[in-house]
Amino acid sequence: MSNTPALEVENLTKKIKRKLIIKGVSFTLYPGEVFGFLGPNGAGKTTTIRMIVGLISPTSGTIKIGGKNVRTEFTEAMRHLGCIVENPELYPYLTGWENLEHFAKMDPSIPKDRLDEVVTQVGLQNRIHDRVSTYSLGMRQRLGIAQALLGKPKVLILDEPTNGLDPAGIREMREFIRTLAREENLSVLVSSHLLSEIQLMCDRVAIISKGAVIRTDSVENLLAEQERVIWKAEPLSLAKEILEKETEVQEGLDQTLITLYDEPQLPIWNEKLVTAGVKVKEMRTQLPSLEDLFLEVTGGESID
Amino acid sequence: MINLVRNEMLKLLRKKRLYVIILIIAFLVPLFTYAQFKEIQEQREKMGNQDWRTVLQQEITDTQNRLSSSRIQDEWRKYLKIRLSQQQYYLENDIDPRAPGAPTFMRIFVENSIDLLLPLLVMVIVADLVSSEASGGTIKLLLTRPVKRWRILLSKYIAMLMSVSFIVLSVAVLSYVISGLVFGYGGWNMPLLTGFAVSGDELLTDRVHIVPQWQYILMEFGLVWYVSVIVGTLTFMLSVLLRSTAAVMGIMLASLIAGAILVNMVSSWESAKYFFMVNLNLTNYVSGMATPIEGMSLGFSMAVLAVWGLAGFIIAFVTFSKRDIY
Ligand SMILES: Nc1ncnc2c1ncn2[C@@H]1O[C@H](COP(=O)(O)OP(=O)(O)OP(=O)(O)O)[C@@H](O)[C@H]1O
Ligand SMILES: [Mg+2]
Repeated sequence: MSNTPALEVENLTKKIKRKLIIKGVSFTLYPGEVFGFLGPNGAGKTTTIRMIVGLISPTSGTIKIGGKNVRTEFTEAMRHLGCIVENPELYPYLTGWENLEHFAKMDPSIPKDRLDEVVTQVGLQNRIHDRVSTYSLGMRQRLGIAQALLGKPKVLILDEPTNGLDPAGIREMREFIRTLAREENLSVLVSSHLLSEIQLMCDRVAIISKGAVIRTDSVENLLAEQERVIWKAEPLSLAKEILEKETEVQEGLDQTLITLYDEPQLPIWNEKLVTAGVKVKEMRTQLPSLEDLFLEVTGGESID
Repeated sequence: MINLVRNEMLKLLRKKRLYVIILIIAFLVPLFTYAQFKEIQEQREKMGNQDWRTVLQQEITDTQNRLSSSRIQDEWRKYLKIRLSQQQYYLENDIDPRAPGAPTFMRIFVENSIDLLLPLLVMVIVADLVSSEASGGTIKLLLTRPVKRWRILLSKYIAMLMSVSFIVLSVAVLSYVISGLVFGYGGWNMPLLTGFAVSGDELLTDRVHIVPQWQYILMEFGLVWYVSVIVGTLTFMLSVLLRSTAAVMGIMLASLIAGAILVNMVSSWESAKYFFMVNLNLTNYVSGMATPIEGMSLGFSMAVLAVWGLAGFIIAFVTFSKRDIY
C-alpha cells in the first residue's frame, strides 16, 4: 500500500433545507484497497458519494481525488474517477456499445480500443450490441462498471453494487472488485447496508450512522475486538450459573452459552466448571458478524 | 465540443422524435393543400365562367379610375400606384394571382403555422432534452465526466438549434414538394406587396413596396426560424428547471395556447404586449395585418422575444452549472 492517498475526504458537511444531513465526514482511501462505507438506510452514504463525485456541492469540507480538488479542479479530478451512483442508469434506447461510445467520446484521453478491453473485462461480449432496454439488471450492473472503468480511473466508487443481484452475481461482483484492486491497484469505495458483504470484500471500513462516521478501522481489528467463546456443556443450567459469577453470559442457539473471549481467564473458568461436575463438550472461539458489531457501536439504535 | 454535440444528436435521432415531426408535417401538408384547393375552386365558381384575365383587367381599370380622381391623398395615391403595377405585372406575365403555385402555398402555410403549429413541433423535440436525463438518472453519468457542466449544456443547446433548423427546413421542403403536385412548382417571381405599418386605426402605406415572392418567403422563413429558436430556448430552460417532461410540455402548451387566445382579446390591456406568446406572429408584420395591441411593430416584437430568449438562456445555464443533482 503506497502512502499517497487516492481519495481524501475531509470534514465534509452538507445541509439540505437547513437540516444538517452530513456532519463532518472524513476518511482516506489508499491505492489498491477496497474501502467499505457501511451504514443503515438513510445514514447518508449516497449523499456523501454524490458530493465526492461532484453531483452536489458540499456545504463545507474538501474532497481530493488523486490530489485534485473536486471543487476547484473539477475536470482533473474527474479524470481519476469512475462511479456508479445508486442504480446503473444508462440510455435504454441505445445499445450497450453505443452507451460506452457515448461516454468515451466525452473524454478525449480514452483510446478507441479501450472499449473492447472493458467489455471483455466485465464479460459482456455477447450482448454488447443489443439495446440496453433488453438487458437484465445484472447485465446493466456490468455495463455500469464497464462505463466506470473507461477512463482508467484511480478511484472507483460503487454505491450498493450488489443491490438486486442474485447470490451468484453478488459473489462474482465481489471477486471482480477484489481483482480490480489487486491487479490494477485501484482504490474502490463500496457502500452497503449489508454487513456480511463488506466483511467479505473490504480491507477497511467506515461505519456511518446519522450522517457521521462513528468508526474507521480495518475489518480484522474491528472483528478481533469482538471475538466470542461458544461453550457446549452439560448440564447447561449449572454451567450458566457458574459462568455468570465470572462474566457476562448469553444463551446461544443449540444449547450453547456465549461469553467474551478473555484469554487469561479461559482456563480458570474451565477449571471451575470441571470441578463443579459440568461436562465441557466443546469450547470454541467465534468471530462475530459485522451485524453484531454494528449494533454494538451504534448502541443498537433504530434506523432514522 | 463537436463530440459532445454528436452525442446529443445521436440520442435525439435514436429517440425517433424527429421522424414523428416529419410524419406530422407530411400528414398536415396534404390536408391543407386540399383545403386550399377547395377554396380556389369555390372562388372560381363565384366568378362564373369569366376568364381570370377579364376579372383582373376590371380590377386594373377600377384602380386607374380611382387614381384619376383628384380628391385623393398623396400617400394613398402612391399605394394605389404600386398596386396597379403589381396587377399589371400579373396580367403581362400571365400569372393568375388567385391560382397559387407551390411557393404561394408554402408562404400561406408558414404564415399560419408560426404562432402555434411550429412552436408545438419545436416543443415536442426540445421538452425532454435535459429533463429526460434527470428523470432517467443518466444525468449522474453525464455530469461525472471530465467535462464542465456548461459545456455539456451548450452541446445540448447546439443540438436544439440544429433540430429547430431541421424542423423549419422540413416544413419548407415538404410544403413545397407536396403542394407542388397539385399547384405546380412555379411562382417564385410573383410580385408581392410588403412594408405595411399600422398606426392607430390607420394602415400606413408610405413604405409599401413590391418584392418578388422568393424574397418574401425567405424573409418569412427567417422570422419563423427566429420565433422557433426563441420558443426552443424557453422550452430548453423549462427542461433544465423541471425533472418531468410532462410538466415542461404542460407549461409550454398552456403559454402557447394562452397566447393564441390573448391575441384576440388584449387590445385594451397594453402591458400584455410584453408577454412572449403574443409576439410570436412576426410574419403578420410582413403581410401587413393589424397588430393585437397598439404600439407593436416588427422591431418591438423581435426585441421582446430576444429579451425572453436571453433571459431563458441565462437562467438555464446558471441553474444547470450550480444545481445539486439528487
Ligand atoms: N434531496 C434531499 N432533501 C432532503 N433530504 C434528503 C435529500 N436527500 C437525502 N436526504 C436525507 O438525507 C439522509 C441520507 O440519505 P442518503 O440517501 O444519503 O442515505 P443512504 O445512506 O444512501 O441510504 P440508503 O441505504 O437507503 O441508500 C436521509 O435521511 C434522507 O432523508
Ligand atoms: Mg443510498
